[in-house]
Amino acid sequence: MARNLTTIAVLSGLILVMVVATNLLGVRLFDRLAINLCISLVLVLGLQVFMGNSGILSFAHIGFMGIGAYTTAVLTIPVRMKGMSLPDLYPIVAGIELSPYVAILVGGLTAAAVAAVVSYPLMRLSDAAAVITSFALLVVLHTVMTHWSEVTNGPRTLFGLPRATDLNLAAGTAILAIVAAVAFKESRAGLLLRSSRDDEVAAGAMGAHIPRLRWQAFILSALFAGIGGALWGHFITSFSPKAFFLKETFVILGMLVIGGASTVTGAVFGAIIVTVTFESLRALEAGINQAKIFSEQVIGLTEIVLALAMIVVLVLRPGGLFATQEIGALLWRRARKKEDR
Amino acid sequence: MSFFLQFMIDVLSLGGAYALMALGLVIVYGILRLVNFAYGELIMVAGYTMYLTSGSGLPWLVMAAVAVLMAIMAGIATDYIAFRPVRAKSVTAVLITSFAFSTLLQNAALLFISPRPRNVPLPEIFSETVQFAGVITPARNLITIATAVVMLGLFSWLMRHTVLGIAMRAAATNFTMARMLGVPANLIISSAFAISGLLAGVVSMLWIGRVGAVVPGVGLEPLLIAFIATVIGGMRSLQGAVLGGFLLAFMDITLNFTLPQDLLKFRDAFTFSLVILILLWRPQGLIRGPASGQRT
Repeated sequence: MARNLTTIAVLSGLILVMVVATNLLGVRLFDRLAINLCISLVLVLGLQVFMGNSGILSFAHIGFMGIGAYTTAVLTIPVRMKGMSLPDLYPIVAGIELSPYVAILVGGLTAAAVAAVVSYPLMRLSDAAAVITSFALLVVLHTVMTHWSEVTNGPRTLFGLPRATDLNLAAGTAILAIVAAVAFKESRAGLLLRSSRDDEVAAGAMGAHIPRLRWQAFILSALFAGIGGALWGHFITSFSPKAFFLKETFVILGMLVIGGASTVTGAVFGAIIVTVTFESLRALEAGINQAKIFSEQVIGLTEIVLALAMIVVLVLRPGGLFATQEIGALLWRRARKKEDR
Repeated sequence: MSFFLQFMIDVLSLGGAYALMALGLVIVYGILRLVNFAYGELIMVAGYTMYLTSGSGLPWLVMAAVAVLMAIMAGIATDYIAFRPVRAKSVTAVLITSFAFSTLLQNAALLFISPRPRNVPLPEIFSETVQFAGVITPARNLITIATAVVMLGLFSWLMRHTVLGIAMRAAATNFTMARMLGVPANLIISSAFAISGLLAGVVSMLWIGRVGAVVPGVGLEPLLIAFIATVIGGMRSLQGAVLGGFLLAFMDITLNFTLPQDLLKFRDAFTFSLVILILLWRPQGLIRGPASGQRT
């Protein structure tokens, strides 16, 4: 217990330090970076809840992020703007205008509800079949988002969301996500699910209802993704379905894999490391493009570096930076070693 | 009658291309039990090779041969970079490294070539049309059918009558046992990737021949098609992959003819929902590789 509390304290402490530092510095660029980081954290932790505990790779996560973002968009775009940004919206919802804070929660719950309905039968599958179905699910969700013009404005950019996500909200949600992820991991369901990850047959023989356990984790994971997506929507204020497809999936997956999928600590550190590297590379790219060193625009450099980093990490440390132990456990062990001496 | 013939030509030419795509994916899956997410990028590599060699003035067939060769090399490179170092460690790790390798290749194309479409050279015959028995059809449809027949024949001969093919089937059935009997594992896996690259290269000529241009994301659609086809037909069966390819083409063409316009745009959602349903109903696909892992 003390170890888990230490983990939560250390990880939340990191975020708090970041918030305080950003507020003291007062640079707008860092503000953006910090909010981005907190949103990524929520998304990565969501993926960790399912993938880390069940050991099954899921591609569908970003689809649920999209559901969250579009739900909150439909509920919060001001009524007079709706005629412009969503001309074909169904009349029943056209008059609704909720506070963004309520809508973010509704976005998360909608994503969780969709996940609950869609995913139960999928949870019986393991290995490659599970991966391909989750990939198929991502494509289905993306196709629906791209073509359901009434709600999503089709493949075009949807605009007009009120800007509601500030650093405090994003950081608060991220801390809640850390607490929830650690709590789930250490709960009875989390423990059983992790045992099924390590040995499916043995866990099943002990009486673990594996599909139901995976289902619970998947719903929780979709809730995180929906809330993360909604937060992102209110941060970026205009987006198109393209934002919720393979590129974003790759980034979130990269964060989790580099940090270590099995631990919450890994997810947090992965998100921090990748976001910081990513943003600096983006700045470098922008710098190169502005200086017009090359005749054509430089794009894709960031993704190449991230891809290489992922391969190198997986080759050298297949479990990621924090493969098995949370930071709390590591610190306690170190403390005990000192006492022994 | 002529409508029927037209329909059959459409289905067979699309199905031939789909079957080759699916076969390239399933040959690796059969042996390694691992999905190669970088498969679509092999098609992209062949396409960009065509673009890069287009200024050289070589005959088209030579350029196509070079492009296919590059796809084979890229296939082998996938093995060395994304699969071999992590193969023994975990299934998830390999899936992620192949996904990363796919992103790597795609973004390399973005960075070093261009995000905009690039024209690839096509032989004259690809844009001609042929008329017979009251049917007018592009010549490339007939070329696709012919190529598919030749490739499938070649492939089944390779798998049945050569040492390499028999060793690969043995490895697909029981990898450990095959190794104990002296089948060199790395060689077999690299060969599977090379064959996968060969199929991707040939598919690339047919696929890119339809539009005449290549973009960095060109591999996504073939990859998705190969996924669906293998899942429908059976992840572990080579015949299943071919059957799945033709079935998928049949479904696509039928939907094209029958679905109303405003539902047609959701076609991908329909087909992918079907994949999910099939996996639930028959997790091993229509043609089931026998439980022991035996396959023919």
